[in-house]
Amino acid sequence: MNILVCVKQVPDTMEIKIDPVTNTLIRDGVPSIVNPFDSYALELAARIKDETGGKITVVCMGPKQAEAALKECLAVGGDKAYLVTDRAFGGSDTLATSYILSCTVQYLEELSGEKFDIIFCGKQAIDGDTGQVGSEMAEHIGLPQITCIQDIKVEGDKIVVRQEMDEGYNVLETKLPAVVSVTKTPYEPRYPTVKAKLAANRAQITHITTAELTNLTVERTGLKGSPTKVKKTFTPQRKGGGTIIQEDAPADSAVKLVALMSGAALI
Amino acid sequence: MSIFADYKNLWVFIETYKGKARSVGLELLNPGKELARQMGESMVAVILGDDNQENIAAAFAYGADEVISVEGPEFAHYNTEAYTYAMEKLVEKYKPSTMLIGATIYGRDFGPRLACRLKTGLTADCTALSIDEESGNMAWTRPAFGGNLMATILCPNTRPQIGTVRPGVFKKVEADSAHKGNVIKEAISVPQDIIKTRLVESIQEISGEIIKLEDAEIIVSGGRGLGRPENFSYVRELAEALGAAVGASRAAVDAGWIPHAHQVGQTGKTVGPKIYIACGISGAIQHLAGMGGSDCIVAINKDPEAPIFSVADYGIVGDLFEILPVMAAEIKKLKNA
Repeated sequence: MNILVCVKQVPDTMEIKIDPVTNTLIRDGVPSIVNPFDSYALELAARIKDETGGKITVVCMGPKQAEAALKECLAVGGDKAYLVTDRAFGGSDTLATSYILSCTVQYLEELSGEKFDIIFCGKQAIDGDTGQVGSEMAEHIGLPQITCIQDIKVEGDKIVVRQEMDEGYNVLETKLPAVVSVTKTPYEPRYPTVKAKLAANRAQITHITTAELTNLTVERTGLKGSPTKVKKTFTPQRKGGGTIIQEDAPADSAVKLVALMSGAALI
Repeated sequence: MSIFADYKNLWVFIETYKGKARSVGLELLNPGKELARQMGESMVAVILGDDNQENIAAAFAYGADEVISVEGPEFAHYNTEAYTYAMEKLVEKYKPSTMLIGATIYGRDFGPRLACRLKTGLTADCTALSIDEESGNMAWTRPAFGGNLMATILCPNTRPQIGTVRPGVFKKVEADSAHKGNVIKEAISVPQDIIKTRLVESIQEISGEIIKLEDAEIIVSGGRGLGRPENFSYVRELAEALGAAVGASRAAVDAGWIPHAHQVGQTGKTVGPKIYIACGISGAIQHLAGMGGSDCIVAINKDPEAPIFSVADYGIVGDLFEILPVMAAEIKKLKNA
């Protein structure tokens, strides 16, 4: 199996704070992580590699510091990593980003002379939360997509996947090659061995820029190539100062709570 | 605006599951109507399915001015290729200015595939919709960073402008079964060779229990404080008394006490019910990111220092095993009064 995993480096939302004066997100000094859903995607890919052999290529679009995310991926199953980076790409929305990634897929396939069998993405990034890049990339390339999958099995030239649904799950199948996006899986992403971590830290990450992507039309990238425009951003109002109930007997607290909620016409 | 003179009408995609319209499509007819009126346009419900008769009637009852119906066995279940193919044909023919799609698992699969094929902008998982006064474009407002930041997005240069909208944000209007309108029946047959994905089976795992967290007005969630899987019965009992959906923290899901579909938070669902009751959930920021937008938050936890209390409107410090049964009983009393 020739597998591609697309990852994004995101700020760890656990560490995000709001500047109380400007009411904006403080991103300085916030540690970056591999988007959690992308880690699940990489784990599914690594499990396929464990079983059937093959190669995992990891790509990440972002600034130079996103090399750290790629190195983390190299330590847990990735064989080759590429950073897609160019000033021209700044401000790309999902349509422009997916276009750049689709050009990257084409470039890498020509470079190696080998098509990818499966392209993995996380179902969404925890910063933007859009969940659109995987499907849009599949459309740009002209591949089938299955989104929100929890598990995957390769059966000959097709995959059988389990897609999360509110009601339960769907079992879907498609012929390879295909793009899949991954939600939380039953498998925790593996930890790197010390040896793998050291090797990954020493790895050279190859950059892919507009110079390499000769198939790419620059006007379709960046702010200019993005049909959606951010008009404004704001921080939602946070409330504070709730009513705390702590009677001597827990049952009394419960009765009081229901009375308060009923009094406030909540129930 | 004149470059878009050919594009008119606001479309609402009515998603179906096992042949029945999902709530979110019918909900979107409510804001859709108001927005269409402000734009001086009509609101059209678009239904793809095997047999659309009942869903057409529902679309009118909930306010559609017009319905475009496409029927065929290939539309019986959602299929990315078939639905995108048909919708592309409809958009080419009728040129809507705006399209609303429910931000369900299917909607968030369909929206980006369609938007990319049409080379237009899509805004995901919106929680507020309005018209931008300056430009007349739709102003799509959505949360990012797990709800810590809101962004308002425009799609000024391409049409249709498309958004997926989070279920449960808007309420359905009162159904009026007498309301009728024009039905356009379009015959579209999808070439077999473009269909690449196949639904093998659709498993309904949890029957009887309401788990549509995004649609729920009230959610009762359980966390690590429940101690063991059987103790979810305490949460279920209260949920039942309230007619609420059952949610869970990541800790409870990771422990295998309840399926992931119930998980609220960063790697689970983002919800915004009227009342969110967190039982035995400490309130890690990843959990708060998924439910911080609830209208009223109730926290029950024995640790007075638990961070969940910092976002709670009402909090009880105490033993949930003693508190939840009494709450359930009190609520039943109220309901029967």
